[in-house]
Amino acid sequence: MTYSSQAGTSPRAAKWLRALGRWAFVLPVLLLNLVVVVIPSVAGLAVAFTDWTGYNVPSFVGLQNFQRLFQDGVFFLALKNNLVWTVMFLTAPIFVGLMGAYILSTIKRGQMVFRVIYFIPYVVASVVNTQMWRQLLNPRVGIGPLLAERGITFLDFPIFGTRETALFGVAFVDAWHFWGFLVVLYLSAMSSVDVELYEVARLDGASRFQQFRFVTLPSIRPTLVFTILMIIIWSSTTFDYVYMLTSGGPANASELMSTYLYDNAFNRFDAGYAATIGMMMSLWVALAVAGFVYLRRRGWEI
Amino acid sequence: MFAKRRTQSSIPSYIVLILLAIFALAPLVILAMNSVKSTPEIGRNPIGLPENVLFENFTEAWEEGNYAVTTRNSIILTVSTIAGTLTIAGLAAFALARLKLKGANLIAFYFLVGTSVPAQLFMIPLFFVWREIGLVNTHIGLIIIYCALYAPFATYLLRSYMVALPEEFVEAAKIDGASNWHVFRHIIMPLSWPGFLTAGLVIGLNVWNEFLFAVTFLPGTENRPIATSLFAFQQRFGRDWGLTSAGSVIMVLPIIVLFLLLQRRFIEGLTQGGLKA
Repeated sequence: MTYSSQAGTSPRAAKWLRALGRWAFVLPVLLLNLVVVVIPSVAGLAVAFTDWTGYNVPSFVGLQNFQRLFQDGVFFLALKNNLVWTVMFLTAPIFVGLMGAYILSTIKRGQMVFRVIYFIPYVVASVVNTQMWRQLLNPRVGIGPLLAERGITFLDFPIFGTRETALFGVAFVDAWHFWGFLVVLYLSAMSSVDVELYEVARLDGASRFQQFRFVTLPSIRPTLVFTILMIIIWSSTTFDYVYMLTSGGPANASELMSTYLYDNAFNRFDAGYAATIGMMMSLWVALAVAGFVYLRRRGWEI
Repeated sequence: MFAKRRTQSSIPSYIVLILLAIFALAPLVILAMNSVKSTPEIGRNPIGLPENVLFENFTEAWEEGNYAVTTRNSIILTVSTIAGTLTIAGLAAFALARLKLKGANLIAFYFLVGTSVPAQLFMIPLFFVWREIGLVNTHIGLIIIYCALYAPFATYLLRSYMVALPEEFVEAAKIDGASNWHVFRHIIMPLSWPGFLTAGLVIGLNVWNEFLFAVTFLPGTENRPIATSLFAFQQRFGRDWGLTSAGSVIMVLPIIVLFLLLQRRFIEGLTQGGLKA
Protein backbone atom coordinates (compact mmCIF):
# COMPACT_ATOMS: atom_id res chain seq x y z
CA MET A 1 0.00 0.00 0.00
CA THR A 2 1.13 3.53 -0.68
CA TYR A 3 1.09 6.55 1.51
CA SER A 4 1.01 9.08 -1.29
CA SER A 5 -1.63 11.75 -1.02
CA GLN A 6 -4.97 10.30 -1.92
CA ALA A 7 -8.11 12.06 -2.95
CA GLY A 8 -10.02 13.34 0.06
CA THR A 9 -7.07 13.83 2.43
CA SER A 10 -5.66 17.25 3.11
CA PRO A 11 -1.99 17.85 2.16
CA ARG A 12 -1.07 18.12 5.81
CA ALA A 13 -2.65 14.82 6.73
CA ALA A 14 -1.00 13.22 3.74
CA LYS A 15 2.37 14.49 4.91
CA TRP A 16 1.74 12.96 8.30
CA LEU A 17 0.71 9.69 6.78
CA ARG A 18 3.88 9.58 4.74
CA ALA A 19 6.03 10.23 7.80
CA LEU A 20 4.13 7.54 9.65
CA GLY A 21 4.73 5.18 6.74
CA ARG A 22 8.44 5.81 6.98
CA TRP A 23 8.53 5.32 10.73
CA ALA A 24 6.61 2.06 10.38
CA PHE A 25 9.82 0.50 9.05
CA VAL A 26 11.85 1.24 12.19
CA LEU A 27 9.04 0.64 14.64
CA PRO A 28 9.47 -3.15 15.09
CA VAL A 29 13.15 -2.80 16.05
CA LEU A 30 12.49 0.09 18.39
CA LEU A 31 9.54 -1.57 20.10
CA LEU A 32 11.35 -4.86 20.58
CA ASN A 33 14.40 -3.12 21.96
CA LEU A 34 12.20 -1.06 24.24
CA VAL A 35 10.49 -4.14 25.68
CA VAL A 36 13.58 -6.32 26.08
CA VAL A 37 16.33 -3.82 26.89
CA VAL A 38 15.20 -0.32 27.79
CA ILE A 39 12.19 -0.88 30.05
CA PRO A 40 13.86 -3.74 31.98
CA SER A 41 17.01 -1.60 32.34
CA VAL A 42 15.01 1.22 33.88
CA ALA A 43 13.24 -1.34 36.05
CA GLY A 44 16.65 -2.71 37.02
CA LEU A 45 17.76 0.71 38.18
CA ALA A 46 14.50 1.09 40.13
CA VAL A 47 14.61 -2.27 41.93
CA ALA A 48 18.07 -1.43 43.24
CA PHE A 49 16.17 0.67 45.78
CA THR A 50 13.93 -2.19 46.90
CA ASP A 51 14.08 -5.41 48.89
CA TRP A 52 12.93 -7.44 45.89
CA THR A 53 13.78 -11.14 46.10
CA GLY A 54 12.46 -11.88 42.64
CA TYR A 55 9.37 -13.49 44.12
CA ASN A 56 7.85 -10.98 46.55
CA VAL A 57 6.16 -7.65 45.93
CA PRO A 58 9.10 -5.25 46.19
CA SER A 59 8.97 -2.48 48.74
CA PHE A 60 11.10 0.65 48.74
CA VAL A 61 14.06 0.49 51.13
CA GLY A 62 15.89 3.67 50.18
CA LEU A 63 19.65 3.37 50.09
CA GLN A 64 19.84 0.20 52.15
CA ASN A 65 21.26 -1.88 49.29
CA PHE A 66 23.94 0.73 48.72
CA GLN A 67 24.91 0.82 52.39
CA ARG A 68 25.21 -2.94 52.27
CA LEU A 69 27.22 -2.77 49.05
CA PHE A 70 29.78 -0.39 50.52
CA GLN A 71 30.33 -2.73 53.46
CA ASP A 72 30.43 -5.87 51.33
CA GLY A 73 33.98 -7.23 51.12
CA VAL A 74 33.04 -9.67 48.35
CA PHE A 75 31.74 -6.86 46.17
CA PHE A 76 34.96 -4.89 46.59
CA LEU A 77 36.98 -8.02 45.85
CA ALA A 78 34.92 -8.48 42.68
CA LEU A 79 35.37 -4.84 41.73
CA LYS A 80 39.12 -5.13 42.27
CA ASN A 81 39.17 -8.29 40.15
CA ASN A 82 37.32 -6.46 37.36
CA LEU A 83 39.97 -3.72 37.52
CA VAL A 84 42.80 -6.25 37.43
CA TRP A 85 41.04 -7.99 34.55
CA THR A 86 40.81 -4.69 32.65
CA VAL A 87 44.50 -3.95 33.15
CA MET A 88 45.42 -7.46 32.00
CA PHE A 89 43.33 -7.11 28.84
CA LEU A 90 44.66 -3.63 28.12
CA THR A 91 48.22 -4.92 28.17
CA ALA A 92 48.95 -8.45 26.96
CA PRO A 93 46.30 -8.85 24.20
CA ILE A 94 46.87 -5.33 22.87
CA PHE A 95 50.62 -5.88 22.86
CA VAL A 96 50.31 -9.20 21.02
CA GLY A 97 47.63 -7.73 18.75
CA LEU A 98 49.76 -4.76 17.74
CA MET A 99 52.89 -6.84 17.34
CA GLY A 100 51.12 -9.53 15.31
CA ALA A 101 49.38 -7.00 13.09
CA TYR A 102 52.55 -4.96 12.52
CA ILE A 103 54.63 -7.97 11.56
CA LEU A 104 51.77 -9.22 9.40
CA SER A 105 51.59 -5.86 7.65
CA THR A 106 55.24 -6.12 6.58
CA ILE A 107 55.14 -9.56 4.97
CA LYS A 108 54.22 -10.25 1.38
CA ARG A 109 53.03 -13.83 1.34
CA GLY A 110 50.53 -15.58 3.54
CA GLN A 111 48.95 -12.53 5.13
CA MET A 112 45.44 -13.87 4.52
CA VAL A 113 46.28 -17.33 5.86
CA PHE A 114 47.72 -16.01 9.12
CA ARG A 115 44.80 -13.63 9.50
CA VAL A 116 42.32 -16.50 9.23
CA ILE A 117 44.31 -18.73 11.61
CA TYR A 118 44.54 -16.02 14.27
CA PHE A 119 40.84 -15.36 14.00
CA ILE A 120 39.72 -18.98 14.51
CA PRO A 121 39.81 -18.95 18.35
CA TYR A 122 37.48 -15.95 18.28
CA VAL A 123 34.68 -17.94 16.66
CA VAL A 124 35.02 -20.90 19.05
CA ALA A 125 32.36 -20.98 21.77
CA SER A 126 33.37 -20.09 25.33
CA VAL A 127 32.04 -23.44 26.51
CA VAL A 128 34.47 -25.24 24.17
CA ASN A 129 37.46 -22.98 24.88
CA THR A 130 37.10 -23.45 28.61
CA GLN A 131 36.79 -27.24 28.25
CA MET A 132 39.99 -27.31 26.19
CA TRP A 133 42.04 -25.25 28.62
CA ARG A 134 40.57 -26.98 31.65
CA GLN A 135 42.20 -30.12 30.32
CA LEU A 136 45.44 -28.48 29.15
CA LEU A 137 45.95 -26.78 32.50
CA ASN A 138 44.76 -29.73 34.55
CA PRO A 139 47.31 -30.81 37.18
CA ARG A 140 46.79 -34.48 36.34
CA VAL A 141 46.26 -34.74 32.59
CA GLY A 142 47.51 -31.39 31.26
CA ILE A 143 50.75 -29.87 30.08
CA GLY A 144 51.80 -29.12 33.71
CA PRO A 145 52.75 -32.71 34.66
CA LEU A 146 54.20 -33.24 31.19
CA LEU A 147 56.57 -30.31 31.64
CA ALA A 148 57.30 -31.38 35.22
CA GLU A 149 58.75 -34.63 33.90
CA ARG A 150 61.28 -32.49 32.08
CA GLY A 151 62.02 -30.41 35.14
CA ILE A 152 59.81 -27.41 34.33
CA THR A 153 57.47 -27.26 37.28
CA PHE A 154 55.90 -23.80 37.21
CA LEU A 155 52.65 -25.08 35.62
CA ASP A 156 52.40 -28.23 37.71
CA PHE A 157 49.68 -27.16 40.12
CA PRO A 158 45.91 -26.54 39.99
CA ILE A 159 45.89 -23.06 38.41
CA PHE A 160 42.11 -22.60 38.65
CA GLY A 161 41.99 -24.03 42.16
CA THR A 162 44.65 -21.78 43.68
CA ARG A 163 43.58 -18.44 45.09
CA GLU A 164 46.58 -16.51 43.81
CA THR A 165 46.35 -17.75 40.22
CA ALA A 166 42.67 -18.49 39.51
CA LEU A 167 41.84 -15.06 38.07
CA PHE A 168 44.99 -14.93 35.94
CA GLY A 169 44.32 -18.42 34.62
CA VAL A 170 40.78 -17.50 33.60
CA ALA A 171 41.90 -14.22 32.03
CA PHE A 172 44.57 -16.08 30.08
CA VAL A 173 41.98 -18.47 28.59
CA ASP A 174 39.68 -15.59 27.65
CA ALA A 175 42.59 -13.59 26.20
CA TRP A 176 43.70 -16.61 24.16
CA HIS A 177 40.44 -16.44 22.24
CA PHE A 178 40.50 -12.63 21.96
CA TRP A 179 43.93 -11.48 20.74
CA GLY A 180 43.40 -12.64 17.15
CA PHE A 181 40.37 -10.38 16.91
CA LEU A 182 42.63 -7.44 17.79
CA VAL A 183 45.22 -8.51 15.21
CA VAL A 184 42.58 -8.37 12.49
CA LEU A 185 41.25 -4.98 13.64
CA TYR A 186 44.73 -3.44 13.86
CA LEU A 187 45.83 -5.01 10.59
CA SER A 188 42.95 -3.46 8.65
CA ALA A 189 43.73 -0.09 10.25
CA MET A 190 47.42 -0.46 9.37
CA SER A 191 46.71 -1.40 5.78
CA SER A 192 45.20 2.03 5.18
CA VAL A 193 48.30 3.89 6.41
CA ASP A 194 49.96 5.85 3.62
CA VAL A 195 53.01 3.88 2.39
CA GLU A 196 54.87 7.12 1.66
CA LEU A 197 55.04 7.90 5.36
CA TYR A 198 57.15 4.76 5.83
CA GLU A 199 59.35 5.71 2.89
CA VAL A 200 60.05 9.10 4.43
CA ALA A 201 60.74 7.56 7.83
CA ARG A 202 63.19 5.09 6.29
CA LEU A 203 64.99 7.84 4.42
CA ASP A 204 65.39 9.56 7.77
CA GLY A 205 67.02 6.39 9.03
CA ALA A 206 64.17 5.21 11.26
CA SER A 207 64.49 1.65 12.59
CA ARG A 208 61.55 -0.72 12.31
CA PHE A 209 60.57 -0.01 15.87
CA GLN A 210 60.80 3.73 15.25
CA GLN A 211 58.63 3.35 12.15
CA PHE A 212 56.09 1.52 14.27
CA ARG A 213 56.27 4.09 17.06
CA PHE A 214 56.16 7.25 14.95
CA VAL A 215 54.22 6.23 11.84
CA THR A 216 52.01 3.20 12.56
CA LEU A 217 50.88 3.96 16.07
CA PRO A 218 49.73 7.57 15.45
CA SER A 219 48.03 6.51 12.22
CA ILE A 220 45.93 3.78 13.82
CA ARG A 221 45.12 5.77 16.95
CA PRO A 222 41.34 5.89 16.32
CA THR A 223 41.20 2.09 16.10
CA LEU A 224 43.48 1.71 19.10
CA VAL A 225 41.37 4.02 21.24
CA PHE A 226 38.21 2.28 20.08
CA THR A 227 39.54 -1.12 21.16
CA ILE A 228 40.66 0.32 24.49
CA LEU A 229 37.16 1.65 25.11
CA MET A 230 35.61 -1.68 24.09
CA ILE A 231 37.94 -3.62 26.38
CA ILE A 232 37.11 -1.34 29.32
CA ILE A 233 33.38 -1.82 28.69
CA TRP A 234 33.55 -5.57 28.09
CA SER A 235 35.79 -6.12 31.11
CA SER A 236 33.05 -4.86 33.41
CA THR A 237 30.46 -7.35 32.14
CA THR A 238 32.63 -10.37 31.34
CA PHE A 239 30.98 -13.53 32.61
CA ASP A 240 31.31 -16.80 30.68
CA TYR A 241 34.92 -17.71 31.34
CA VAL A 242 34.86 -17.11 35.08
CA TYR A 243 31.48 -18.77 35.51
CA MET A 244 32.61 -21.87 33.63
CA LEU A 245 36.16 -22.26 34.93
CA THR A 246 35.96 -21.25 38.59
CA SER A 247 32.44 -19.92 39.35
CA GLY A 248 34.28 -17.08 41.07
CA GLY A 249 36.19 -19.42 43.39
CA PRO A 250 38.13 -20.60 45.22
CA ALA A 251 36.64 -18.60 48.11
CA ASN A 252 35.66 -15.66 45.83
CA ALA A 253 39.29 -15.27 44.69
CA SER A 254 38.22 -14.90 41.05
CA GLU A 255 34.79 -13.37 41.71
CA LEU A 256 33.72 -10.70 39.21
CA MET A 257 30.84 -8.24 39.47
CA SER A 258 28.92 -10.24 36.87
CA THR A 259 29.26 -13.58 38.63
CA TYR A 260 28.48 -12.04 42.01
CA LEU A 261 25.41 -10.35 40.52
CA TYR A 262 24.28 -13.61 38.93
CA ASP A 263 24.66 -15.49 42.18
CA ASN A 264 22.63 -12.89 44.07
CA ALA A 265 19.90 -12.67 41.44
CA PHE A 266 19.34 -16.33 40.67
CA ASN A 267 20.69 -18.38 43.57
CA ARG A 268 20.25 -16.23 46.67
CA PHE A 269 16.86 -14.66 45.90
CA ASP A 270 18.35 -11.20 46.30
CA ALA A 271 17.27 -9.53 43.06
CA GLY A 272 17.23 -6.02 44.54
CA TYR A 273 20.81 -6.32 45.72
CA ALA A 274 21.84 -7.87 42.41
CA ALA A 275 20.34 -4.87 40.63
CA THR A 276 22.46 -2.62 42.83
CA ILE A 277 25.55 -4.44 41.56
CA GLY A 278 24.16 -4.07 38.04
CA MET A 279 23.90 -0.35 38.62
CA MET A 280 27.59 -0.22 39.53
CA MET A 281 28.41 -2.05 36.30
CA SER A 282 26.35 0.49 34.36
CA LEU A 283 28.18 3.29 36.16
CA TRP A 284 31.49 1.77 35.01
CA VAL A 285 30.27 1.70 31.40
CA ALA A 286 28.88 5.25 31.66
CA LEU A 287 32.20 6.55 33.05
CA ALA A 288 34.14 4.86 30.25
CA VAL A 289 31.88 6.36 27.58
CA ALA A 290 31.97 9.77 29.28
CA GLY A 291 35.76 9.68 29.35
CA PHE A 292 35.79 8.80 25.67
CA VAL A 293 33.44 11.68 24.81
CA TYR A 294 35.49 14.06 27.00
CA LEU A 295 38.74 13.18 25.22
CA ARG A 296 37.01 13.67 21.92
CA ARG A 297 35.74 17.10 22.93
CA ARG A 298 39.25 18.02 24.00
CA GLY A 299 40.22 17.65 20.38
CA TRP A 300 41.59 14.12 20.31
CA GLU A 301 41.02 12.63 16.91
CA ILE A 302 39.34 9.49 18.12
CA MET B 1 64.82 -0.85 -1.98
CA PHE B 2 61.37 -1.45 -0.63
CA ALA B 3 61.37 -5.09 -1.63
CA LYS B 4 64.91 -5.60 -0.46
CA ARG B 5 64.20 -4.41 3.04
CA ARG B 6 61.33 -6.80 3.25
CA THR B 7 63.19 -9.90 2.10
CA GLN B 8 66.06 -9.11 4.45
CA SER B 9 63.92 -9.06 7.53
CA SER B 10 61.18 -11.48 6.61
CA ILE B 11 62.57 -14.68 8.16
CA PRO B 12 62.35 -13.54 11.80
CA SER B 13 58.91 -12.15 10.97
CA TYR B 14 57.71 -15.49 9.70
CA ILE B 15 59.11 -17.24 12.76
CA VAL B 16 57.08 -15.00 15.07
CA LEU B 17 53.98 -15.34 12.91
CA ILE B 18 54.27 -19.13 12.84
CA LEU B 19 54.71 -19.27 16.61
CA LEU B 20 51.56 -17.19 16.99
CA ALA B 21 49.74 -19.52 14.59
CA ILE B 22 50.80 -22.52 16.67
CA PHE B 23 49.60 -20.72 19.80
CA ALA B 24 46.19 -20.14 18.15
CA LEU B 25 45.75 -23.60 16.67
CA ALA B 26 47.53 -26.06 18.98
CA PRO B 27 44.82 -26.17 21.66
CA LEU B 28 42.18 -26.90 19.03
CA VAL B 29 44.31 -29.57 17.38
CA ILE B 30 44.91 -31.18 20.79
CA LEU B 31 41.17 -31.07 21.47
CA ALA B 32 40.49 -32.84 18.17
CA MET B 33 43.13 -35.49 18.87
CA ASN B 34 41.89 -36.08 22.40
CA SER B 35 38.37 -36.57 21.13
CA VAL B 36 39.47 -39.84 19.52
CA LYS B 37 41.55 -41.09 22.47
CA SER B 38 40.42 -43.13 25.43
CA THR B 39 40.56 -41.32 28.75
CA PRO B 40 43.40 -43.51 30.14
CA GLU B 41 45.39 -42.71 27.01
CA ILE B 42 44.87 -38.96 27.56
CA GLY B 43 46.29 -39.48 31.06
CA ARG B 44 49.45 -41.02 29.60
CA ASN B 45 49.60 -38.90 26.48
CA PRO B 46 47.70 -35.63 26.97
CA ILE B 47 48.84 -33.68 23.91
CA GLY B 48 50.39 -36.17 21.47
CA LEU B 49 48.98 -37.99 18.47
CA PRO B 50 46.46 -40.74 19.32
CA GLU B 51 47.81 -44.31 19.48
CA ASN B 52 44.56 -45.79 18.28
CA VAL B 53 41.76 -43.74 16.86
CA LEU B 54 38.42 -44.59 18.40
CA PHE B 55 35.18 -42.95 17.46
CA GLU B 56 33.20 -44.45 20.35
CA ASN B 57 33.64 -41.16 22.21
CA PHE B 58 31.47 -39.49 19.60
CA THR B 59 28.65 -42.02 19.63
CA GLU B 60 28.69 -42.09 23.42
CA ALA B 61 28.81 -38.29 23.75
CA TRP B 62 26.00 -37.96 21.21
CA GLU B 63 23.84 -40.33 23.25
CA GLU B 64 24.78 -39.23 26.77
CA GLY B 65 24.78 -35.55 25.88
CA ASN B 66 21.35 -35.86 24.25
CA TYR B 67 22.73 -34.17 21.14
CA ALA B 68 19.83 -35.22 18.94
CA VAL B 69 17.60 -32.94 21.00
CA THR B 70 20.06 -30.16 21.81
CA THR B 71 21.27 -29.84 18.21
CA ARG B 72 17.66 -29.47 17.12
CA ASN B 73 17.15 -26.82 19.82
CA SER B 74 20.26 -24.91 18.75
CA ILE B 75 19.15 -24.99 15.13
CA ILE B 76 15.67 -23.73 16.04
CA LEU B 77 17.13 -20.86 18.06
CA THR B 78 19.74 -19.98 15.46
CA VAL B 79 17.52 -20.09 12.38
CA SER B 80 14.59 -18.29 14.00
CA THR B 81 16.79 -15.56 15.42
CA ILE B 82 18.48 -15.01 12.05
CA ALA B 83 15.11 -14.81 10.29
CA GLY B 84 13.52 -12.55 12.89
CA THR B 85 16.47 -10.23 13.28
CA LEU B 86 17.10 -9.84 9.57
CA THR B 87 13.43 -9.06 8.96
CA ILE B 88 13.14 -6.25 11.48
CA ALA B 89 16.69 -4.99 11.01
CA GLY B 90 16.29 -5.02 7.23
CA LEU B 91 13.20 -2.85 7.47
CA ALA B 92 14.86 -0.42 9.87
CA ALA B 93 18.06 -0.28 7.84
CA PHE B 94 16.05 0.55 4.73
CA ALA B 95 14.33 3.45 6.47
CA LEU B 96 17.60 4.76 7.89
CA ALA B 97 19.45 4.44 4.60
CA ARG B 98 16.85 5.35 2.02
CA LEU B 99 13.95 7.28 3.52
CA LYS B 100 14.48 10.75 4.82
CA LEU B 101 13.75 9.96 8.39
CA LYS B 102 13.57 12.86 10.83
CA GLY B 103 15.25 11.74 14.02
CA ALA B 104 17.68 9.23 12.49
CA ASN B 105 20.37 10.61 14.80
CA LEU B 106 18.09 10.00 17.73
CA ILE B 107 17.74 6.36 16.73
CA ALA B 108 21.51 6.02 16.42
CA PHE B 109 21.90 7.45 19.92
CA TYR B 110 19.18 5.16 21.23
CA PHE B 111 20.91 2.10 19.80
CA LEU B 112 24.24 3.22 21.20
CA VAL B 113 22.81 3.50 24.70
CA GLY B 114 20.81 0.29 24.28
CA THR B 115 23.84 -1.72 23.27
CA SER B 116 26.13 -0.37 26.00
CA VAL B 117 23.82 -1.25 28.87
CA PRO B 118 25.26 -4.25 30.74
CA ALA B 119 23.12 -7.30 29.95
CA GLN B 120 23.11 -8.30 33.59
CA LEU B 121 21.24 -5.12 34.52
CA PHE B 122 18.18 -5.69 32.35
CA MET B 123 18.37 -9.45 32.58
CA ILE B 124 17.10 -9.56 36.16
CA PRO B 125 13.76 -7.76 35.66
CA LEU B 126 13.41 -9.35 32.22
CA PHE B 127 13.74 -12.83 33.67
CA PHE B 128 11.02 -12.32 36.23
CA VAL B 129 8.69 -10.70 33.70
CA TRP B 130 9.32 -13.54 31.24
CA ARG B 131 8.54 -16.02 34.01
CA GLU B 132 5.29 -14.24 34.83
CA ILE B 133 4.08 -14.41 31.23
CA GLY B 134 5.31 -17.96 30.72
CA LEU B 135 8.19 -17.30 28.34
CA VAL B 136 10.94 -18.85 30.47
CA ASN B 137 11.85 -22.31 29.17
CA THR B 138 10.32 -21.60 25.78
CA HIS B 139 12.30 -21.15 22.59
CA ILE B 140 10.21 -18.20 21.49
CA GLY B 141 11.00 -16.38 24.74
CA LEU B 142 14.73 -16.58 24.09
CA ILE B 143 14.38 -15.89 20.36
CA ILE B 144 12.59 -12.60 21.14
CA ILE B 145 15.48 -11.61 23.42
CA TYR B 146 18.13 -12.54 20.87
CA CYS B 147 16.32 -10.58 18.14
CA ALA B 148 16.25 -7.50 20.36
CA LEU B 149 19.93 -7.91 21.29
CA TYR B 150 21.29 -8.42 17.79
CA ALA B 151 18.95 -6.13 15.81
CA PRO B 152 20.89 -2.87 16.41
CA PHE B 153 24.11 -4.48 15.12
CA ALA B 154 22.31 -5.95 12.10
CA THR B 155 20.53 -2.68 11.37
CA TYR B 156 23.78 -0.75 11.11
CA LEU B 157 25.55 -3.43 9.12
CA LEU B 158 22.67 -3.62 6.62
CA ARG B 159 22.37 0.15 6.52
CA SER B 160 25.99 0.45 5.41
CA TYR B 161 25.24 -1.88 2.49
CA MET B 162 22.01 -0.10 1.55
CA VAL B 163 23.56 3.36 1.64
CA ALA B 164 26.14 2.22 -0.89
CA LEU B 165 23.57 1.04 -3.47
CA PRO B 166 23.26 3.15 -6.63
CA GLU B 167 20.49 5.72 -6.47
CA GLU B 168 19.20 5.14 -10.02
CA PHE B 169 17.38 1.88 -9.27
CA VAL B 170 15.34 3.46 -6.53
CA GLU B 171 14.65 6.64 -8.50
CA ALA B 172 13.42 4.67 -11.49
CA ALA B 173 11.03 2.69 -9.33
CA LYS B 174 9.81 5.80 -7.53
CA ILE B 175 8.98 7.43 -10.86
CA ASP B 176 6.95 4.37 -11.74
CA GLY B 177 4.94 5.06 -8.58
CA ALA B 178 6.27 2.20 -6.48
CA SER B 179 5.58 2.31 -2.74
CA ASN B 180 8.34 2.28 -0.13
CA TRP B 181 7.46 -1.30 0.64
CA HIS B 182 7.77 -2.25 -3.01
CA VAL B 183 11.16 -0.52 -3.28
CA PHE B 184 12.37 -2.34 -0.19
CA ARG B 185 11.05 -5.75 -1.12
CA HIS B 186 11.89 -5.82 -4.83
CA ILE B 187 14.88 -3.53 -5.23
CA ILE B 188 16.82 -2.90 -2.03
CA MET B 189 16.53 -6.35 -0.47
CA PRO B 190 17.69 -8.35 -3.50
CA LEU B 191 20.55 -5.95 -4.12
CA SER B 192 21.86 -5.98 -0.56
CA TRP B 193 21.93 -9.76 -0.13
CA PRO B 194 25.66 -9.78 0.77
CA GLY B 195 24.80 -7.64 3.79
CA PHE B 196 22.03 -10.02 4.80
CA LEU B 197 24.39 -12.97 4.45
CA THR B 198 27.12 -11.31 6.53
CA ALA B 199 24.71 -10.19 9.24
CA GLY B 200 23.04 -13.60 9.26
CA LEU B 201 26.34 -15.43 9.73
CA VAL B 202 27.40 -13.21 12.61
CA ILE B 203 24.03 -13.52 14.33
CA GLY B 204 23.99 -17.27 13.78
CA LEU B 205 27.47 -17.65 15.25
CA ASN B 206 26.51 -15.59 18.29
CA VAL B 207 23.33 -17.54 18.95
CA TRP B 208 25.07 -20.89 18.50
CA ASN B 209 27.77 -19.93 21.02
CA GLU B 210 25.67 -17.83 23.40
CA PHE B 211 25.70 -18.94 27.03
CA LEU B 212 24.51 -16.36 29.58
CA PHE B 213 20.96 -15.83 28.28
CA ALA B 214 20.58 -19.47 27.28
CA VAL B 215 21.52 -20.79 30.72
CA THR B 216 19.20 -18.27 32.40
CA PHE B 217 16.13 -18.39 30.17
CA LEU B 218 16.23 -22.08 29.23
CA PRO B 219 17.05 -23.79 32.54
CA GLY B 220 15.16 -27.00 31.68
CA THR B 221 16.90 -29.97 30.07
CA GLU B 222 14.46 -30.49 27.18
CA ASN B 223 14.69 -27.06 25.54
CA ARG B 224 18.29 -26.15 26.06
CA PRO B 225 20.79 -25.62 23.23
CA ILE B 226 24.15 -27.33 22.79
CA ALA B 227 26.12 -24.60 24.59
CA THR B 228 24.43 -24.98 27.96
CA SER B 229 23.86 -28.71 27.72
CA LEU B 230 27.55 -29.21 26.85
CA PHE B 231 28.45 -27.25 29.97
CA ALA B 232 26.26 -29.53 32.09
CA PHE B 233 27.75 -32.53 30.28
CA GLN B 234 31.27 -31.36 31.15
CA GLN B 235 30.28 -31.00 34.79
CA ARG B 236 28.81 -34.51 34.80
CA PHE B 237 31.70 -36.27 33.05
CA GLY B 238 34.43 -33.99 34.43
CA ARG B 239 37.22 -36.56 34.43
CA ASP B 240 36.21 -38.36 31.25
CA TRP B 241 38.32 -36.15 29.00
CA GLY B 242 37.90 -38.20 25.82
CA LEU B 243 34.14 -38.03 26.09
CA THR B 244 33.92 -34.32 26.90
CA SER B 245 36.42 -33.49 24.14
CA ALA B 246 34.22 -35.33 21.65
CA GLY B 247 31.22 -33.39 22.94
CA SER B 248 33.08 -30.14 22.35
CA VAL B 249 34.18 -31.16 18.86
CA ILE B 250 30.56 -31.89 17.90
CA MET B 251 29.65 -28.33 18.84
CA VAL B 252 32.60 -26.52 17.28
CA LEU B 253 33.23 -28.51 14.08
CA PRO B 254 30.32 -27.09 12.04
CA ILE B 255 31.33 -23.57 13.07
CA ILE B 256 34.96 -23.99 12.04
CA VAL B 257 34.00 -25.53 8.69
CA LEU B 258 31.55 -22.72 7.99
CA PHE B 259 34.09 -20.13 9.11
CA LEU B 260 36.78 -21.49 6.80
CA LEU B 261 34.34 -21.51 3.88
CA LEU B 262 33.06 -17.99 4.44
CA GLN B 263 35.89 -16.41 6.44
CA ARG B 264 35.85 -13.09 4.59
CA ARG B 265 32.23 -12.46 5.51
CA PHE B 266 32.63 -13.65 9.09
CA ILE B 267 35.66 -11.45 9.68
CA GLU B 268 34.08 -8.45 8.01
CA GLY B 269 30.86 -8.79 10.00
CA LEU B 270 32.51 -9.49 13.34
CA THR B 271 35.02 -6.66 13.10
CA GLN B 272 32.47 -4.08 11.95
CA GLY B 273 29.82 -4.52 14.56
CA GLY B 274 31.76 -4.29 17.79
CA LEU B 275 29.65 -7.21 18.87
CA LYS B 276 31.27 -9.53 21.35
CA ALA B 277 31.17 -13.23 20.63
